[in-house]
Amino acid sequence: MTDRTRLLLELADDELILGWRNSEWTGIAPFLEEDVAFSSIAQNEIGHARALYDLAARDVAASGRQSDADALAFDRAPDEYRCAPLVQLQLVPDWARTIARHVLYETADAIRIEHLKSHEDTELAGIAAKIEREEVYHRLHAEMWLDRLRGEERYRAAADELWPYALGVLAPDLRPALAERVGREEVEAVERAAPGEDFAALWHEMTMVRRSAPVGAQW
Amino acid sequence: MVVLVGVTEAAVWAALAEIPDPEIPVISLVDLGVVKDVAVEGERVRITFTPTFMGCPALDTMRRQMEEAVTALGGEPHVDVLLDDSWSTDKITPAGREKLREAGLAPPPPRGEAAPTLVQLGRAVHRCPYCASTETRLENIFGPTPCRSLRYCDACRQPFEQFKTI
Repeated sequence: MTDRTRLLLELADDELILGWRNSEWTGIAPFLEEDVAFSSIAQNEIGHARALYDLAARDVAASGRQSDADALAFDRAPDEYRCAPLVQLQLVPDWARTIARHVLYETADAIRIEHLKSHEDTELAGIAAKIEREEVYHRLHAEMWLDRLRGEERYRAAADELWPYALGVLAPDLRPALAERVGREEVEAVERAAPGEDFAALWHEMTMVRRSAPVGAQW
Repeated sequence: MVVLVGVTEAAVWAALAEIPDPEIPVISLVDLGVVKDVAVEGERVRITFTPTFMGCPALDTMRRQMEEAVTALGGEPHVDVLLDDSWSTDKITPAGREKLREAGLAPPPPRGEAAPTLVQLGRAVHRCPYCASTETRLENIFGPTPCRSLRYCDACRQPFEQFKTI
């Protein structure tokens, strides 16, 4: 696997799994507007994942193995996923931790996208620029909630707890920028590793339909 | 005498202009600005398609409908999906914007130099598609589809959908 494919899969896995976690608020958010917001954000993130998996699948196909976005999203074994621990955490029904993750992830993701937009690989730069157009609205939504919750003790505790996880979203060279943007000291990050228990349950749920579909089923 | 009857670029553009957007059927794919280029070589018709919102479930339908339209003209379709930022809401044609407004969906404000801010979204400059008042406010950044926000018009007391600027 090339470095580029590995990078695409990390990004795609982050967006897919966060999209899945965000969608867990559909129907049970504190009020209707947030049902709509988190569902819509989830849809965007999963859309970004699909486009990133499409590019990764082209890379895989170029190396002689047949692949497509669905195969990369749903047919890998749980220990093959590369998503950051931050996106794996199941946080429903805790709104404070959900918003803390939302704020931290969107801030980290903005730094990652800015970096990718100037990548010498024009396909990576192009897809990053496209993703950025939608992410702007996610950040505005996160900013609105940060303004409401930043003085709350529960929110502050959640942000403290998740800070090491947020650092783990980014490659080490991009972490100082994140620390500066959120006004925190860099600490030891929770790094990407073989996914944990939260992820195993999510993987089972997420891949169940595809695993149980008859061979040759068309969607 | 040799008679060459082939697919022309003009015929393809005309056919694509008849395809309604699957989610907002008042405007066509050409109005929406998602067709970046059409190139014809013999029977082979290459369409460069720039998707709108990446999670939009209508994208696959749009692609299939474009292929069907080319096939109906006797061409052999190839739709290239361009995954870069060449589509923005500024690509919606003036005719398309007017059709959106008539359907009660406020057209997207033009993109500025910088990304939109909460202050801008909150400002009462967005025009109500029903009564044309600018006394409107943001109810929710997100709406029933990824491309829409929800606003409320204080003049005619009508909630309405606002196409997001991206």
